[in-house]
Amino acid sequence: MSKFKKKTATKQDIPTAALPDIIFMLLFFFMVTTVLRETEIMVEQKIPRATQLKKLEKKSLVSHLYIGKPKKVDQFGTEPRIQANDAFVTPDDLILWVQQEKDKLSEADRDKIWVSLKVDHEAKMGIVSDVQEKLRESNARKVLYNVIQTAD
Amino acid sequence: MARRKDRGAPEVNAGSMADIAFLLLIFFLVTTTIASDKGIMWTLPPKTDQPPPEVKENQRNIFKIQINSSDKLLVEDEPLDDVRKIKDMVKKHVLNYGKDPKMSESPQKAIVSVKANRGTSYEMYIAVLDELEAAYNEMYAERAGITVDEWKRLDQSNPRMKALYDKARDGFPKQISIAEPSKI
Repeated sequence: MSKFKKKTATKQDIPTAALPDIIFMLLFFFMVTTVLRETEIMVEQKIPRATQLKKLEKKSLVSHLYIGKPKKVDQFGTEPRIQANDAFVTPDDLILWVQQEKDKLSEADRDKIWVSLKVDHEAKMGIVSDVQEKLRESNARKVLYNVIQTAD
Repeated sequence: MARRKDRGAPEVNAGSMADIAFLLLIFFLVTTTIASDKGIMWTLPPKTDQPPPEVKENQRNIFKIQINSSDKLLVEDEPLDDVRKIKDMVKKHVLNYGKDPKMSESPQKAIVSVKANRGTSYEMYIAVLDELEAAYNEMYAERAGITVDEWKRLDQSNPRMKALYDKARDGFPKQISIAEPSKI
């Protein structure tokens, strides 16, 4: 008989003890990078598509306005409304809102404020132009029309 | 005396730990929305109390786009069905250099004027703005000698890219005027 008897004691399975650690690492990564929305959007938001997008570099300078038909139609009606932070506002309130948003920024950045308009595709230009008029009045003239990249 | 059994080190069964972690992972993957601050950038004109100045420019320099409340286009006083034609029309208008007597004298003098109606849908308005941006981006990219994608990605904090940007923009302003929408 052969002198070299094969050792059969070697284990065949891959150790999976470290698998949970790997998954936890991924989990923590996603937990840390997730930004929870602080405002609940109360208007419908089907954003139109376009091709010529540019990215805003400084996110701290952006304030968001949402325009669209309210989701709770029985409570707020079907007319498109403007949502700033957590509440519906009228165009006249926007001057005060811009001031508040500007106050949140540092002194040097006050005039660099960007207003991002997230407007539902069904909204009419009437309400959008009212908003633009007020933004011009309150000297927040840099506007970002939030759109989605056309998939092509 | 009874011989004690060799039980070995007591172990918690950790086999399903990975499953639990996966479940949480998938939850976070699904709920994560990557906030996008992408869009069409625009600067509104300053607010003045004076009425808008009289148009001194020659009418030929102005490329007029009007949109009515049922989203129909009137471009240079002619009805237009397809928004996507605007891009080439604008490019032709701006890059005319005085050849066609109906179009602009030079890119410096060319103006694109957009007038919407209060009943125009936002979607149509964005479609028109997008076409205008596309037209100018293509013309700038051509002047800079790069592709449109490269042009859009130019980083202005980089001096070399900034020089390229300034070179393309020099003597070639993007003059787009958006009139206040008419009431019905």
